[in-house]
Amino acid sequence: MERPLTQYIHPGCPPFDLREYEMTGGYAALRKVIGSMSPQEVQKLVQESGLKGRGGAGFNTGMKWSFVPMGENAPQPKYLIANADEMEPGTFKDRLLLEGNPHQLIEGMILAAYAIQADISYIFLRWAYKKAAQLLRKSIHEAYTAGYLGKNILGSGFSLEMHLHTGVGRYMCGEETALLNALEGKRATPRAKPPFPQVSGLYGKPTIVNNVETLCNLPHIVNNGAEWFKGLGNGKDSGTKLYGVSGKVNKPGCWELPIGVTVRELIEEHAGGMKNGYRFKGVLPGGASTDFLTTEHLDVKMDFVSVAAAGSRLGTGTMVVMDDATCPVGFVHNLQHFFAQESCGFCTPCREGLPWVEKMLLSLERGHGTAEDVEMLQMHTQLLGPGNTFCALAPGAMEPLQSALKYFREDFEKHVELHKCPYG
Amino acid sequence: MIAQKLNTKDTGKANNTALYTTGVAGEPYLTDLERTAIDHEVAQVPYKSAAVIEALKIVQQHRGWISDDSVGAIAAYLQMSPAEVDSVATFYNLIFRKPVGRHVILLCDSISCYVMKYGDLYTALQEKLNIKFGETTGDQCFTLLPNCCLGCCDHAPALMIDNDLYKDVTVAMLDCILKKYT
Repeated sequence: MERPLTQYIHPGCPPFDLREYEMTGGYAALRKVIGSMSPQEVQKLVQESGLKGRGGAGFNTGMKWSFVPMGENAPQPKYLIANADEMEPGTFKDRLLLEGNPHQLIEGMILAAYAIQADISYIFLRWAYKKAAQLLRKSIHEAYTAGYLGKNILGSGFSLEMHLHTGVGRYMCGEETALLNALEGKRATPRAKPPFPQVSGLYGKPTIVNNVETLCNLPHIVNNGAEWFKGLGNGKDSGTKLYGVSGKVNKPGCWELPIGVTVRELIEEHAGGMKNGYRFKGVLPGGASTDFLTTEHLDVKMDFVSVAAAGSRLGTGTMVVMDDATCPVGFVHNLQHFFAQESCGFCTPCREGLPWVEKMLLSLERGHGTAEDVEMLQMHTQLLGPGNTFCALAPGAMEPLQSALKYFREDFEKHVELHKCPYG
Repeated sequence: MIAQKLNTKDTGKANNTALYTTGVAGEPYLTDLERTAIDHEVAQVPYKSAAVIEALKIVQQHRGWISDDSVGAIAAYLQMSPAEVDSVATFYNLIFRKPVGRHVILLCDSISCYVMKYGDLYTALQEKLNIKFGETTGDQCFTLLPNCCLGCCDHAPALMIDNDLYKDVTVAMLDCILKKYT
């Protein structure tokens, strides 16, 4: 089984420096692209490979690039940004890549920048990833010294600057237009689309924002081709995927596997099954803003298409397992507390609605809730749903709530009936 | 409203943003060190106000938190209004607009840590330090804050003190961890 993204990552060991990275084929993709491919050819290759954005949205990466204005008359400068603001609760996959192989990300970024002919690139990194920040600074410096960054890269005439930006903590920064506002020194509120960032992004110039894992795939696609990449998948999507499992399982962790392994395989084989004394009750397959899957979905393949068909989203591919001793109402209350707190406050349904949802859940959890509260929660899943808010934060928040109300309704009703939490 | 805040809180010294543009290094002003660091950031962006988040980070690094005076000083230096600077400062979780202790404990309260019972750690920390979330110990040693997901879910529950991340934390480990900072 091939693991292109993590084959040289050994947790506990320091990552490759520039020389070690080069000795294992690093920056060969950059040399190949710069020597023999046009930007349009790189875009086409990535589009054909079927690489979809690994940040959660799952949009075809090459297609996303194709909306960037190209040619001599295109606005300058153009920007390429690596979204390393991993802050979806339950998600810890990009940390592995950032700490485990920083040069792989840098090479991927240079390839993406070449494909859209960007002049300036940023890594937008979570403040909490202190170790990654240190490693990235060192690696960027090494890449400059070796001539992979800066003016006239490898004598090609192509130039690229790269900067590391560390955030100051806000979930909204993961949304690409909010991230752009944060980079411009503003509050991280989302922007209206259109115009899309590809046309008018950072400082009003064409900008591409790609997730860390997405970018790390690029050197391998360039080296091995689109067909190879398609062949790595197990299901309807291309490539490998970093999957993670957390919760009361025996071996929580993060693994690179063919995209399309089943929920069961992940939990039972890779995560070692449930801890003694606990049973599986449900799972958020791709982070806090994805619908629950339950025991009936254990054989669902973890690819974008199959998880969507099961009524949820692949999201980030890092799952949070809920066991039978954890109260679903308390679980969902924790999620809504997070979303209410992280709402940017820009649009009314999200700013006002989420705190109410949080309050109703808290009151239910404490045994003060009524049957009407459960109905009111149900209503809010519509009111805060897609189409009613400015961005995807509140609709994302409603996904675990609506599916909890669907699959664990008895638990909600028990709280009303007993006037206390049945889980103690 | 901001002017009122400047008048009534902190040192009570400053009431006019014009004050911040001149003078020697002191609370309402930026120090030479801070100015140099901010100048470095300003040089990398198309216009001054784009460096405001970096400026807030720099000043907080030197002073521990961002007072109303600091907001005013940054505003004057970057040619923004204090309200604009404050709107940014209050938006981000890790910019502190109130004084904090010498060490800030960030306890992850997100979903994986919830499932792995971060609540037990919170109860124990409250007992040991005699403070709740948002409070600082009497000796100014620790401030305790809840924190969104630290990206350490496979080693939940997790907490961070200053730049140090602690994984798979149990109640039994807390004394040993806290001792390093006292």
